[in-house]
Amino acid sequence: MTNPNGRFGSYGGQYIPETLMNAVIELEEAYNRLKTDPDFTRELSRLLREYAGRPSLLYYAEKMTADLGGAKIYLKREDLNHTGAHKINNVLGQALLAKKMGKTRLIAETGAGQHGVATATAAALMGMECVVFMGEEDTKRQALNVYRMRLLGAEVVAVKTGTATLKDAVSEAMREWTSRIADTHYCLGSVMGPHPFPTIVRDFQSVISKEIKSQLLEKEGRLPDAVLACVGGGSNAIGSFYDFIDDKSVRLIGCEAAGRGIDTAETAATVNTGSVGIFHGMKSYFCQDEYGQIAPVYSISAGLDYPGVGPEHAYLHDIGRAEYYPVTDEEAVCAFEYLSRTEGIIPAIESAHAVAYGRKLAPELGRDKIIVITVSGRGDKDCAAIARYRGEDIYD
Amino acid sequence: MTDIYSAFSHGKAFIPFLTCGDPDLATTAEAVREAAKNGADLIELGIPFSDPTAEGPVIQGANLRALRGGVTTDKIFGLVSDLRRDVSVPLVFMTYSNVVFSYGADRFFSRCEEVGINGVILPDLPFEEKEEFSPFAKAHGVSLISLIAPTSQNRVAAIAQEAEGFLYLVSSLGVTGVRKEITTDLTGTVASIKANASVPCAIGFGISTPEQARAMASLADGVIVGSAVVRLFEKYGKDAPKQVGAYVAEMKRAISDL
Repeated sequence: MTNPNGRFGSYGGQYIPETLMNAVIELEEAYNRLKTDPDFTRELSRLLREYAGRPSLLYYAEKMTADLGGAKIYLKREDLNHTGAHKINNVLGQALLAKKMGKTRLIAETGAGQHGVATATAAALMGMECVVFMGEEDTKRQALNVYRMRLLGAEVVAVKTGTATLKDAVSEAMREWTSRIADTHYCLGSVMGPHPFPTIVRDFQSVISKEIKSQLLEKEGRLPDAVLACVGGGSNAIGSFYDFIDDKSVRLIGCEAAGRGIDTAETAATVNTGSVGIFHGMKSYFCQDEYGQIAPVYSISAGLDYPGVGPEHAYLHDIGRAEYYPVTDEEAVCAFEYLSRTEGIIPAIESAHAVAYGRKLAPELGRDKIIVITVSGRGDKDCAAIARYRGEDIYD
Repeated sequence: MTDIYSAFSHGKAFIPFLTCGDPDLATTAEAVREAAKNGADLIELGIPFSDPTAEGPVIQGANLRALRGGVTTDKIFGLVSDLRRDVSVPLVFMTYSNVVFSYGADRFFSRCEEVGINGVILPDLPFEEKEEFSPFAKAHGVSLISLIAPTSQNRVAAIAQEAEGFLYLVSSLGVTGVRKEITTDLTGTVASIKANASVPCAIGFGISTPEQARAMASLADGVIVGSAVVRLFEKYGKDAPKQVGAYVAEMKRAISDL
């Protein structure tokens, strides 16, 4: 759906410093050359299968289905991938691409730490240097992931500027890339930033929807009625939606982090509360004030705590192809606990936002309907923070 | 009204940058007058942005101080309007695309024309995206100033041929900020710019000392100094204007015989 100028409708583009222009042009050329190269695709397929553990399971959540008494619920288990989240799908693709381009160093931003861990993992595997930028606030919320990245040989830089969260980590990674381009690839973790990143990341994540489609056809002989995924920048969501965009009968539902509620300032629900702007290399929806100053957003989930959304989501929203609903901290925490008790699956707090909306939607639909919820990551990293949210004084 | 070209008509141009509203607009106004009085040929006025991705720590700090102080785009238009009663040097804004976009491009450039802003520099608006604002800038007679970087290479000619006002040549990789030395070989880039552009070329990023200013000014038509000026506001706050005046005088003197 990318048009020749790297746009999705009017969204996307390349709003970046001149210093980086040749780098993104070179990246686009390399990607267009390699994406159909048999050696590249064979090597990537092998890594996804042998290293990341794909295909991930499509699991029929029988107890949850019975409990909610409505649509049949399947869970797409991206939490079972190596490193515990969908992030590895994109990272293996980009790291391989970077290596073929002759780059020896990966830099990345991370929020919850899942993309940072995945990038550090790929760098270790491919013998590349790795530096991960993480908001200082997030290094505290996700201390275990910081240790994990260091264990894997990456340097973790705690970003103290601004709100010291994901947006500041992205800004700092961009600044670092402008100072060192020749040997460095910026391994962006979501479907955001300047073209060609939203397209490259979407293509690497679209394996999720391709698998959902073939697995569900095998199990049920038909397409789902709805696919649900959480949306921060939106990479697991676009990955879950992409192969269904032309199947108009399939509802595509993105679940945004409402934080303490979309009627408060402490929210990160960009599509629901934001407006069109230009930031981090792209035209899309952003949480901002009337003068275009980016808002300090909030969510309990470090991975969804971002004031923007990928440009393809902005486009899918505008044309009415995908729906975006806000889910509060409290609803997400309840869903985190619910899925743990009901199915014995601890979802990432990010993914719990999609589970929460699934709990609302399933009972509204008949028993003859089928919904798929993408569990984008596992929740081990969140246990200490959720315990604290519930008033238990534990630290990881 | 003056035009940008006049800034380059008395020898090599010295172009200081300061962030509007750091620490408050009254101090900004006083500093602009001091800079003009002491030989600044053109002054860059930064409209602060919450997340300035092309800036190093010094200018990031100034942006945040200014925003905390409650400065807005409208208040800055008011400041320029007031300055234009007695300040005649060319003035250009430096800000980020979202500041212009959220204000409304036509409304933004129309206000620029009204208050007497000669040009606008947007470090996150490369050649490929300039159509976003260029028609509005043209309609209101405001130059949309292009940047060229050490990595521009095959892009230099195209950017230079369509350049308006002056060309901003970025001296080094990375973000704004003081550098001990500038190691990039800019001679080839400058030659390519001169072969293609009909506007002057000023070099910025990393320049703070009179020696650096001399070295860079000998290559191009002027030098731009940002972080070193902004550091004076960081250090002296409301007392910065006199310091800015003295610094501008020293820097202008260093390049005046070239």
